[in-house]
Amino acid sequence: MARFVDDRLRASRFAQTALSKIFPDHWSFMIGEIALYCLLILVLTGTYLAFFFTASGRKVVYHGSYAPLQGQTMSVAYKSVLDISFDVRAGLVMRQIHHWAALIFVAAIIVHLCRVFFTGAFRRPRELNWMVGITLLVLAMANGFTGYSLPDDQLSGTGLRIAFSIVESVPVVGTWIAFLLFDGNFPSTEIISRFFVFHVMLVPGLLFAVLGGHLAILWHQKHTQFAAPGRTEDNIEGSRLWPTYALRSVGLFFLVFAVCAALGGLAQVNAVWLYGPFRPAAVSAASQPDWYIGWLEGALRLMPPWEIRAFGHTVPNPFFPGIVLPGITFTLLYLWPFLEARVTHDHDVHHLLDRPRDRPFRTGFGAGALTFFMVLFLAGGNDVLADTFSLSLYAMTNVLRVALVVLPPSVGFVAYRLCKELSRGPVKPLGGPVGYRVRRTATGRYEDVEPPP
Amino acid sequence: MSGPRDRPDNRQRAATRLIAAAFTVTILSALGLAAVYVAGGQVQAEGALLASSLAGLGAGLVMWAAHLLPAGSVIGPREPLESTPQEREDFEQAFEHGEELLARRRFLVRMLGAAAGALGIAALFPIRSLGPSPGRSLTTTAWRKGLRLTTQSGDPVNIADLQVGGVLTVFPAGHPSAATAQTLLIRVEPGRLRPRAGRERWSPIGYVAYSKICTHAGCPVGLYRADDHRLLCPCHQSTFDVLDGAKPVFGPATRSLPQLPLAVDGDGYLVAQSDFTEPIGPSFWNRS
Repeated sequence: MARFVDDRLRASRFAQTALSKIFPDHWSFMIGEIALYCLLILVLTGTYLAFFFTASGRKVVYHGSYAPLQGQTMSVAYKSVLDISFDVRAGLVMRQIHHWAALIFVAAIIVHLCRVFFTGAFRRPRELNWMVGITLLVLAMANGFTGYSLPDDQLSGTGLRIAFSIVESVPVVGTWIAFLLFDGNFPSTEIISRFFVFHVMLVPGLLFAVLGGHLAILWHQKHTQFAAPGRTEDNIEGSRLWPTYALRSVGLFFLVFAVCAALGGLAQVNAVWLYGPFRPAAVSAASQPDWYIGWLEGALRLMPPWEIRAFGHTVPNPFFPGIVLPGITFTLLYLWPFLEARVTHDHDVHHLLDRPRDRPFRTGFGAGALTFFMVLFLAGGNDVLADTFSLSLYAMTNVLRVALVVLPPSVGFVAYRLCKELSRGPVKPLGGPVGYRVRRTATGRYEDVEPPP
Repeated sequence: MSGPRDRPDNRQRAATRLIAAAFTVTILSALGLAAVYVAGGQVQAEGALLASSLAGLGAGLVMWAAHLLPAGSVIGPREPLESTPQEREDFEQAFEHGEELLARRRFLVRMLGAAAGALGIAALFPIRSLGPSPGRSLTTTAWRKGLRLTTQSGDPVNIADLQVGGVLTVFPAGHPSAATAQTLLIRVEPGRLRPRAGRERWSPIGYVAYSKICTHAGCPVGLYRADDHRLLCPCHQSTFDVLDGAKPVFGPATRSLPQLPLAVDGDGYLVAQSDFTEPIGPSFWNRS
């Protein structure tokens, strides 16, 4: 059969090059693959779910097998999710694998981003692929948000209300964009079917196109590698794609899938029947979004009551944490390779990676940034934290506000100093032991055998 | 050249056995998974068996790569990624040649630009069909003069219905699902309220009503603490002082909850005097 294809496409030469392609062997280079395989799992489970989910906001009365909601009015979308969970065999495990895979997908992307950042893999010639990667992060988060909003349950509906308000807060055009997106004011019967189009068609289409670019660039440029004896900027050391790397990578796919399957079967997630169908006049305390939106939620909670009112117009409070903060975050992320190159005056090609300790400023800045988002993430659960540790909610919020300003530079500074110390010392030196070789003469003096490095 | 088969290595034999065991786990788990499905399905069993089936495959493949394939890595060259000057020049020549041919028709190129631009802009117009203009829906609700306050199930609220310290979510009569009209009715001790100027007659007998939609990001302000007369929005913890016109005292909200003017009708039922006198819910650009 291979001969059949080859006779028509003359594929042998490409196939030979492909099979003998070298991939460096470091465990941290497989994190991006974890994200890739999560996406595959999402598509498989998502396709299955799409056969059973109905994306309609039309109201219906429930008469299914989940007794506590008998006779309740709910949207057809919510009802279809209850059916998947209780009346479709293997439906619940598919739903939960899908949700867990989405949570791990975004986590893997962010860990991969950190690996690329702290090793400087985004430097020339990979600035383009870095920006492609940030785009993938944005698309992944967008698909996650639209996805968990589809069941139209009380919790995700609350999140939709907040999203509507954030869109509405954009100056000049905000109310227009919100009304066009939702087909009118909140609550809307149309948003579920529209989010379905985003979640199943538009965003995945973009995701796969951009992902194709990400992999193609990586394939063409070849992967980076850590410095070691024998490695230079002009060579690449690792395993060949066939059979070693392929086997290892496919094995990783099955292991990632196994983890998602175990979680999906054994760890309950997004039990929407406990939240109930969305009611616009109802809300519950301890309403949190999925983890990767937590930083935005925390920003909304920590933001002081500041608003701009002038000349008959308002720039509403949610605009700053909801639009400006992510705007600045992603702009900085997109531009980072160019900003760093400008500051370090380093426009050389780099195929060898940095150890984080060898770039104290970048590592310190990154550590500070991670701290910043970590504080915001914790702030997203300030009511849960206050309740768990029996602290005053208001005190908790104020402490986090202070922490947001104080902790990131402190952690960044500590990380910076740590890097300086580590890179000076003899721990894990590059290229061999550090030191001199000396010889003791007959008179007891020490003299150098070789000049010091 | 000798390979793993020619020189049986103890380690390789052990690895082979382990890998075979892993694949056996996969096979048995897959059979178990099918059996569970046929028997009616059970979510924990499905997840666990699917996980062990996949893990067996994954572990087997990883062990195969680690123990049965020749160890060690290979080194290969990295070609420079910049184009050679010749390549770049060939490309530039090819491109410029075509560009020259086209650029001769300056007028037509400009017309082409205008055509593409016009069509592109016109193609955006159907976006307008996606939704209505905001219009008045952000500034008015279903409340009207004389409409009774009713619970979500449609029962009108009498002045004897709530005790002091009680809170109730109410809607305009005839509009039990008008989400933007959701209102909190609170009864406080008469005389405790400090009404704003011009609102002295809005809260009969200690009954006061505020929009339930938080002025921060629109969540229902669902929590009331009667001890200190504070309304708390669970989403971002904006806190409003009921005695002081629902002024925000903590959290990100910047505006008081709009107040609904109340009156009591002839039969002792609470009615609205009018709609809210300002837009409800979160701020927006045109909200002065």
